[in-house]
Amino acid sequence: MLDVFVLSRIQFALNISFHILFPTITIALCWMLFYFKLRYNISLNPVWMRAYRFWVKIFALSFALGVVSGITMSFQFGTNWPGFMEKVGNIAGPLLGYEVLTAFFLEATFLGIMLFGFTRVPNTVHTLATFLVAVGTTLSAFWILALNSWMQTPVGFEMRDGVAHATDWWAIIFNPSFPYRFTHMLLASGLTAAFFVAGISAYRILKGDHKHAPRLALKTAIVIAALLAPLQIFIGDLHGLNSLEHQPEKVAAIEGVWETEKSVPLLLFAIPDEENRENTFEVGIPGLASFILTHDFNGEIRGLNEFEGQHPPVAPVFWSFRIMIACGLLMLGVAWFSAFLLLRKKQLPKIMLKVLVGTTFIGWVATLAGWYVSEIGRQPWLVNGVLQTADAVTTIAPTNVGISLLGYAAIYTVLLAAYLHTLRVMALRAVKVEEYENSPARGHENFISNANEEVQA
Amino acid sequence: MITDAMLPVIFVALLGLAVLIYAILDGYDLGVGMLLPLEEGSTSERDQLIASIGPFWDANETWLVLAVGILLIAFPVAHSEILYELYLPVSLMILGLILRGVAFDFRTKASVDLQPLWDKCFKYGSLLTALTQGYMLGQYIVGFNHSLEATLFCVLSAFGVSAAYCYIGAGWLVMKMHGELQIKAVAWAKQAGRIAFIGVCLVSITNPLINPGVFDRWFDYPLVMFVLLIPLLCFSAFITNEILLRKMPLNNDSYCAVPFLICVSIFLLCFTGLAFSYFPYIVPDKVTIWQAASAPESLRFILVGALIVVPTILAYTVYSYRVFHGKASDLKYY
Repeated sequence: MLDVFVLSRIQFALNISFHILFPTITIALCWMLFYFKLRYNISLNPVWMRAYRFWVKIFALSFALGVVSGITMSFQFGTNWPGFMEKVGNIAGPLLGYEVLTAFFLEATFLGIMLFGFTRVPNTVHTLATFLVAVGTTLSAFWILALNSWMQTPVGFEMRDGVAHATDWWAIIFNPSFPYRFTHMLLASGLTAAFFVAGISAYRILKGDHKHAPRLALKTAIVIAALLAPLQIFIGDLHGLNSLEHQPEKVAAIEGVWETEKSVPLLLFAIPDEENRENTFEVGIPGLASFILTHDFNGEIRGLNEFEGQHPPVAPVFWSFRIMIACGLLMLGVAWFSAFLLLRKKQLPKIMLKVLVGTTFIGWVATLAGWYVSEIGRQPWLVNGVLQTADAVTTIAPTNVGISLLGYAAIYTVLLAAYLHTLRVMALRAVKVEEYENSPARGHENFISNANEEVQA
Repeated sequence: MITDAMLPVIFVALLGLAVLIYAILDGYDLGVGMLLPLEEGSTSERDQLIASIGPFWDANETWLVLAVGILLIAFPVAHSEILYELYLPVSLMILGLILRGVAFDFRTKASVDLQPLWDKCFKYGSLLTALTQGYMLGQYIVGFNHSLEATLFCVLSAFGVSAAYCYIGAGWLVMKMHGELQIKAVAWAKQAGRIAFIGVCLVSITNPLINPGVFDRWFDYPLVMFVLLIPLLCFSAFITNEILLRKMPLNNDSYCAVPFLICVSIFLLCFTGLAFSYFPYIVPDKVTIWQAASAPESLRFILVGALIVVPTILAYTVYSYRVFHGKASDLKYY
C-alpha cells in the first residue's frame, strides 16, 4: 500500500512536471514575439505581424495551460507539504509572494491587451504590452528559481526554535547556486522555444505552406538555437562545478561514483546497483569525469561512500543526467547543421525539415531530465541540510491523496493530448489561410483594416 | 511606525482585499461561464459571451493565487489548517478551474468538431468551481464540521454562491451585451438575483444561530444598531436591482452598468458581514491572526513590495478595463 508520503511525492512530481512544460515554452516564446513585433514596427512589413499572430495564439494556449497548472502548485504546498511552510515558510513565503505580485498580475493583465488589444490601443502600447508580458514571465522564473536554488544551497538565515528566520534577503535571493540555475533555466527555455517554433514551422512548410511567415519564423528559431546551444553547454558546465562545490553528493550520484577516487572515468553507460553500492556494465572514458569536474585527469572526486544515508537515489539521477546531456548534444548538432545549410543554400532540404519536426519537443525532454537531476539529486532533503522531505509531508488520509492524484493524472493526460492535437490543427489551419504576400508595406492603420477583412473572410 | 502586532492586521486586510476582488472579478466570469447557453445554433451567442470576459479571466483568477499566496505567506498555520480540512473540495475546485481555464483557449483553436465539447468543459468547469467554492465557504462557516446538518448547510451555500456568481455574471452581461443577448441577460439576472437573495438570507440567519460567538458579536447592544445596517443595505440593494431589472433595457441603454455595480455592492456588503463575524479569527473560533502569522521580518520584507506593487496592479487593472470598456461583441484575436 502506498503511503501518503509516496503518494504526495508522486502527485507533486506529476504536477510540477506537467506545469514546467508550459513556462519553458512561454518564457522564451514571448521574447520571440516581442522580437517579431519590433521587426514589424521597424520594417512595417506585415509578414512579421503574421508570424506574430500565428505564434501569439500558440503562446496564449500554452500560457493558459501554465496558469492553470500553476494554480495547482500554489495549493500543493499547503495541502500536501505543510511541514515545508512551517519550517521555512518565513523564507519561501516572501519569495513566492513576490512572484505573484511582480510577475503573475503583470503577465495576466497585459496578456489581455496583447491578445485582444491590437485594434484598441496605439501600436506602441501593444508593443509595450508584449514586452511587459515577456518581463513578467522572466520575473516569474527569477523568483521561483531563487526559491528553488535556496532550497538547494540555503544561506542568509538562522534557525530559531526550529524555524528558519531570514537574516539577509540579498544573500537568500542571490544564493550560491542561483545565478547558474537561473541562467541555465532561461537558456533551456530559449532552446525549448526555438526547437518548438522550428519544428512547427517546418511542419507547416512540409504540409505545403508556401508563405513567407513560417520560413521567417524557422530561420529566426534556428539562429537562436545555434547561438544558445553551445552557450547552454558552457553554462551547464559551470552549474555542474557549482554543484560539486555545494552539493558533492549530487555530483557523485550524477557520475555514479560509489567510492572516493582519483582519475574517475566519464561513464557513458552503467547500471547503478543501490543495494551492493556499485555499478554493473560500466562503459566509460578513462579520466574524463575527473577532467571535466577538476580540470585535471588525475583529480579526485568524492564518492557516495562519504554520504551514506544522506545521498539521493543514484539510478534516476545518473540516467536523467545522461538523457539531458544527450538531448543537449543533439540540439547542438541539429541547430548547427540547420544553420549551416541555411547559410549555404538559403533553404532547408526536406529531410532536414523532417528532423526538425522530430525534435519539436526535444527541449521538454531535456528540461524535465535536467529538473529530475536537480530535484531528485537533492533528496533526501527538501531544503538541503535543513529539512528532510519525509518530515514535511501532510497527515491527510492516503485515500484522499490517491483520489486527487488520479484526478490530476487523468486531466493532465487529456490536456496534454488535447494540446498536441490542437497544435497540429492550428498549424494545418495556418497552411490553408491565404495571405497577401505581395502587398506593399503598410502602416499600422492600414494593417488593421486589412486584418479585419481577413478575419471576416 | 508599524509595530509587529500591527503586521498581521495589515496582512489580513490585504488578504480580505484579495478575496473580495477575487469574488467580484472571477465571480462575474464564472457566472458568465455558468450562464453559457449550450443549445445547438447558439455558437455566436457563446462567442459573444466569452468575448466579454476574454481579456480579463486570466488576471481575475490571479487574485485567487494572490489570496492563497497571502494566506500561505502571512498565515502559514491557518493555510495548513484550512487546506487540511478542505483537501477534497480544493482538489475538485482546481479541476474545475483547470477545465474552464484551458477550455477558454481550446474552444477557439481546436478542430471544429471538438469545439462544442470545450464549451461544455467551460460551462461545467465554471459550475464545479463555483459549487466547490460555495461548499468551502459553508465549511468555513460551520467550523469544518462534517455532520449531516452541516453538510446540508454547505450544499445550500454551494448553490447560494453559484447563484450569486450567476447574478453578478448576468449583471456584467447586461452591461457588455446589446440587443437580444442583453434582454436574455436581464432575465438571467432577475432569476439568479432571487435565488442569490434566498441564499444570502439563509446563510446570514444560520451563521449566528450555529456560531454563538458570531451571535454575540452581531447582537451586542449598542453596536447592533450600527451593524444591522449591513443586512439592511444588502436587502435594499437586492430590491433596487429587482425593480431596475424589471424595466431594463432602457432607452439609449441608460444605466446598463448599474445592475452590475449593485451586484458589486452586494458582494461588498456580504463580505463585510462575514469579515465582521470572524475578525480577528482566521480559523473560526480556533486560531487568531496573531497566532497564525509569520515572523515579522518576513512580513516586513513582503510589505515593502506589496505597498509598491499592489497599487500598480490596481492601476494597470483599471487601465485594462478602460481599454476594453463598452460593448464586447466586436472583440477578436490578433
